[in-house]
Amino acid sequence: MKKINRPEQLAEWKQRIISNRFPYKKIIVVSSGTCGQASGSLQIIEALERELEKRKLEDTIEIKITGCHGFCELEPNIVIYPEGIFYKMLKPEDIPNVIEETILKNKIIPSLVYEDPKTDCKISNQKEIPFYKKQMRLLSENNFIINPTEIQDYIALDGYNALAKVLFNMTSEEVIDEVTASGLRGRGGAGFFTGKKWEICRRVNSGVKYIICNADEGDPGAYMDRSLLEGNPHSVIEGMIIGAYAIGASEGFIYVRMEYPLAVKHITIALEQAKKVGLLGKSILGSEFRFYIHVIEGAGAFVSGEETSLMASIEGRRAFPRQRPPFPAQEGLWGKPTNINNVETWANIPYIINKGADWYSQIGTKKSKGTKIFSLVGKINNTGLVEVPMGIKLKNIIYDIGGGVKNNKKFKAIQTGGPSGGCIPADMLDLPVDYDSLAKAGSIMGSGGMIVMDEDTCMVDIAQYFLSFTQEESCGKCVPCRVGTRQLVEILTRITKGEGEEGDIEKLENLAKTVKKGSLCGLGQTAPNPVLTTLRYFKDEYEAHIREKSCLALACKDLIIYYIEPDKCVGCLLCLKNCPVEAISGKKKEIHVIDQELCIKCGACLEVCPPKVAAVSKYTGKKRDRILKKDLKQRAKE
Amino acid sequence: MEKVIDEFDKDQRELIHLLHEIQKQFGYIPAHMISQISRQLKISESEIFGVLTFYKAFTLEPRGKYVITVCLGTACHVRGGPRIVDELERKLSIKVGQTTADKNFSLETVNCLGCCAIGPVVVVNEKYYSHVTMNKVDAILKEYKAYV
Repeated sequence: MKKINRPEQLAEWKQRIISNRFPYKKIIVVSSGTCGQASGSLQIIEALERELEKRKLEDTIEIKITGCHGFCELEPNIVIYPEGIFYKMLKPEDIPNVIEETILKNKIIPSLVYEDPKTDCKISNQKEIPFYKKQMRLLSENNFIINPTEIQDYIALDGYNALAKVLFNMTSEEVIDEVTASGLRGRGGAGFFTGKKWEICRRVNSGVKYIICNADEGDPGAYMDRSLLEGNPHSVIEGMIIGAYAIGASEGFIYVRMEYPLAVKHITIALEQAKKVGLLGKSILGSEFRFYIHVIEGAGAFVSGEETSLMASIEGRRAFPRQRPPFPAQEGLWGKPTNINNVETWANIPYIINKGADWYSQIGTKKSKGTKIFSLVGKINNTGLVEVPMGIKLKNIIYDIGGGVKNNKKFKAIQTGGPSGGCIPADMLDLPVDYDSLAKAGSIMGSGGMIVMDEDTCMVDIAQYFLSFTQEESCGKCVPCRVGTRQLVEILTRITKGEGEEGDIEKLENLAKTVKKGSLCGLGQTAPNPVLTTLRYFKDEYEAHIREKSCLALACKDLIIYYIEPDKCVGCLLCLKNCPVEAISGKKKEIHVIDQELCIKCGACLEVCPPKVAAVSKYTGKKRDRILKKDLKQRAKE
Repeated sequence: MEKVIDEFDKDQRELIHLLHEIQKQFGYIPAHMISQISRQLKISESEIFGVLTFYKAFTLEPRGKYVITVCLGTACHVRGGPRIVDELERKLSIKVGQTTADKNFSLETVNCLGCCAIGPVVVVNEKYYSHVTMNKVDAILKEYKAYV
């Protein structure tokens, strides 16, 4: 790789890459992001390499290792091009067959093909699978064809073209105008207009300015930023260089969570490659513009995702937020004007420059433009990353793309926006997904986590979960957040334990409002949202916990019992053997009984009881009390 | 060790990076090294102590040979992650954040690893286990007890 000194050389390089490509007959693409690797993609790659070598096919078939393809539920998966055949949940022992049948004989293996649970139809073409077909994959599409550790793959797809256009044909004002006209809003949570943010920072007079890519994706259940950094790191880098040019910054930082080792690795490799060919450093592409990027690894603190805390962390201090104003655009990193955007926001920039603001602003709604990547997780059939145009209805995401709720259970709520967001109930599924509609419903877009909850999810437990999370992650600087979240957790915990009292709901409401109003940073200001939205839409569950001591979702451990139905139990000893505290008594072919006093409610018996038998039930409320009373009587007799 | 510290610039911005390096090499931050860091980076020991106790990545105590991390992100939570933690606590007779007396296992939790599709997720050192159930816990532990 030689240094590129003129923009024309970039186009020449692209041509060279394409014409020098080895004419492989087929390409096998292996999805190998973190979830792919955790599910065994590395073993699949090994098996592929072994098999191709054995059959001397290395020179005709290419193995391409890419980032995440988004359909995480079916990892490890591969796509075979040019046909686009999608094989799911592969095991190394499937590979010889894949090579023999599909690669050599062009035959499809039905057992490895995706089957649509709605129609029972087998669909072999990746693009025809409803999960993919109904998405609008703009930023994530290239994850299918880019090896993230090879800059050539990005260049071949017109990579850094937008940068060349900006550096040689546009002034910084024009770049900002274009971004403003596109209507792009920050993808990290608050949804501030990106062009406006850049403009503010550009106008500040200072010799030194910084830009930051916030990759401290801390919201549990959200991982689209990880996927972009792992799968297409150069798109983020290109966006950052363009932003730096527009704002007039000479140094940039990518702050990545330490929980994402593969993302750190790929972005670091990408930066080195970009530097080597003159896309970073002094005189980028031969222009007068200079820019450097550093990777900073986080250290495991959720609050560092807040912009002022993040800057403190880069400076080597505790990640404490501070009051705004002054905003980072005025006084940021080391007191210098600083512009912070989220990973996905940066990745949008090259598309806007390449295709133009007019094209971009046609996607989405009036106030929310473009696409957004969501991580659709929880109790949903098709778990994974989905990219959709803004304004799509929630029900389209859940049912058309997500394939509906797992195990045919009843949909209860969808939680958006992580710990700062809220739960949206079933009767609001017509809600369009955009910044303003979600805010109106009491939730937020956030970074894009969507957690589907079914009838087995207890909303009080979920509120307790999120509050415990924010309480633990509260940095402790301001009192409303430090003490307020702790009090909220204590009340919620009491309720889930069956120790709730009349008046608790009002206490929660008051306290939640105080914490929202009085906290210093975004963490505290949004922490009570899960409580407020669950109270707004699921008050009956709170009341049932407090008054009847019953958890209708059968999720709160202290309010339920496990019970073996005498008329169903076949006496197979399975639960008895698996009970960790030996609370189950019985003999082979005799009815087993749980000793309610010894039972720790771990659920192991329910898990192992064969589905055909299904003798273990959970009970709460009055039914629970009746069984316990009977149990007590039995004991007294003995 | 001094070698590691000497390689860093005399600037507070290097602190977290340096602490990561020490944590990686030793498995913890030995308390006696705080004064060395303080001299190198020209910042007070109390500031260093404040930073290293603020972030979850750093520990002042050595951790076990195998660090078991259970993901408790929202997706893992609704799929039963907390029950996995309970089971591990019971099996290892330690609480989250502790290390077994034989120094073989440490038990930790993490807020989200971003592998929500395959939860509940358990990671032992660098090996990921997906779709973990109560009954898989034993098999996972046995894999490592054999090594010990």
